[in-house]
Amino acid sequence: MGLRRAIVLFALMEVTWSLSVTTIGPETVSTDASAHPEPAEENTEQKEAAEEDVMATGELNPNHYPAQRAAKVVQHYLNLRHGSPYKLFGLKEVHSGNAEEVADSGRKYQLEISVHEIISNTKEKCSAEVFFPSGAKQLSPQVQVSSCEEILKLDAKSEEEALYQQYKTNKTVCTEKRLPDSYGHVDPEMTPFWHLSIVASSFIMLKESTENTLYNMAQVANITQLATENDQLKFDCHVLLHDMVSQEIPQWKLLFTWSPAEGVKVLHTEQLPHIHQSEKQAKPN
Amino acid sequence: MSLRFCFRSPWTEYDYFQYHPMEEISSWMAQMAKEYPDVVTIVDYGKSYENRTISLMRIGLKTDAKKKAIWMDCGIHAREWIAPAFCQYFVRQILQTYKTDTKMEAMMTNMDFYITPVLNVDGYIFSWTNSSTRLWRKNRSPGPSGDCYGTDLNRNFDANWGTVGVSSDCNSNIYPGRGPISEPEAQAVTYFVGSRKEDFLCFLTIHSYGQLLLIPFGHPDFTASNYDELMKVGEGAAEAIWKVHGKKYRVGTSPAVLYANSGSSRDWARMQDIPLTFTFELRDNGTYGFELPQEEIQPTCEEAYSGALHIITYAHDKTFNGATATAAAAVWTTLLALGVNLM
Repeated sequence: MGLRRAIVLFALMEVTWSLSVTTIGPETVSTDASAHPEPAEENTEQKEAAEEDVMATGELNPNHYPAQRAAKVVQHYLNLRHGSPYKLFGLKEVHSGNAEEVADSGRKYQLEISVHEIISNTKEKCSAEVFFPSGAKQLSPQVQVSSCEEILKLDAKSEEEALYQQYKTNKTVCTEKRLPDSYGHVDPEMTPFWHLSIVASSFIMLKESTENTLYNMAQVANITQLATENDQLKFDCHVLLHDMVSQEIPQWKLLFTWSPAEGVKVLHTEQLPHIHQSEKQAKPN
Repeated sequence: MSLRFCFRSPWTEYDYFQYHPMEEISSWMAQMAKEYPDVVTIVDYGKSYENRTISLMRIGLKTDAKKKAIWMDCGIHAREWIAPAFCQYFVRQILQTYKTDTKMEAMMTNMDFYITPVLNVDGYIFSWTNSSTRLWRKNRSPGPSGDCYGTDLNRNFDANWGTVGVSSDCNSNIYPGRGPISEPEAQAVTYFVGSRKEDFLCFLTIHSYGQLLLIPFGHPDFTASNYDELMKVGEGAAEAIWKVHGKKYRVGTSPAVLYANSGSSRDWARMQDIPLTFTFELRDNGTYGFELPQEEIQPTCEEAYSGALHIITYAHDKTFNGATATAAAAVWTTLLALGVNLM
């Protein structure tokens, strides 16, 4: 075979190959002809997911829900313990996690996370442990946090003190508007009280959290300031929580106090019944 | 709220960075079809429970060739207002760029974009009624006993219906309905997409919140045959998103990353052999949740657009390696001619 023919043959083969690559379409992507999904086989990712349903143990994928749900509990703990009208914590990222059974009493998670102080926009890596007790009576998870000192020491004392003095005797908070409103807006004057409501709600969110929940505060329906008591500002508020897993909006009433010195103390909580009536006929405003 | 949209002058800009009630979205759709008659067609493809029209915008350059298709729906869950905002933004972007961006022009030539700005029309309108309805999720069909309302449309599709991640309590926000596709909104998508399923390369369904890109299947015991590809494309989209404003979106199957569920539109679409099906969960991570501030509409839409475009471009390029096919064909023809001389 002449060189020219060999070159032509080689070129034809090349072209044929690239043509066949070109014509791959969606029909050939799914290898099975049937429209039904395949049962999970050697896919480790999927196997992990199946195992996680049976309660993940050992090293956790930080992007998967078990570590994420446990980390959210840490957020609620930090907000309750260290939150204020000018200090609010969010979960930035989960870096790693580990879960283990604690014989007959529950499950413990160890987490490396990044926590974000939302108002100052600072970030810090923290280590945390979350223990979910087992048993018929639902007990609150227990949280321990370490190596997170900087972000917790962030100073908002002067703003807190100014707010405290302003509302201790002179002004009173009472709002008809929801926080945030339907458009995501919070009046600047109400923002510290929106933050305070999140902190107070964290008491409930922490208490109610399990491995099968993921809570955020959805909205403050209303917040009313009551008479100052023992130098603590006192508030009554109605909050709407959102549980991502059930997609429900549990509603709670909270009675709590706050001062820069004492932080938030929740005095009384009451869960409101699932409101069905208002869902049937909404009257336009 | 002051007037967000005004028809008095064709020069008046529609504000894509505010939330719009249904009437304004419908007017906007009609206006887009009027302004871009060669490219945009409104298709009415169903009726909601309360007998409102469900419409999509078919966007693409007219050609004689059989076109492939991209599906995008927003607002299947009423309270996720950022989703319809994104669909509107997406439409504006492709209409603005196709005249100057040759890649977008090629994609609009080879494919039609089918975009439903608000799928759950009744639910969306209900969530605008007053502040106490803002967090409604489901549609507005009455339950079996008449004293509960709404089916979760994203549990109502015929995809492992009613098996996991649902509640038989019709008051529940994850009530999947009386049966698979019992709801007219789910029926509309099923019939429209189902009758053209070979055409669709890509099915994107837009939600909030959580900053996630979810791939099929919602049932933990089932794996998509192209799981690796979905993960790869998803991770690519997440990276594209991150590059815009530094927001992290997690990628994975629903049961792995979020929770198990059944009857989702995405799972149903994948079961129709549409290869690239994704659920987008947009901003944020829970600080504002469903009531995402209007100031965040623009950055959220910008990053989500980047992510969606990554997936759409991948789908397009996989099917239409246009340049390579043409070049190869030219070489083949030339060599055949040469071959005749050589033999």
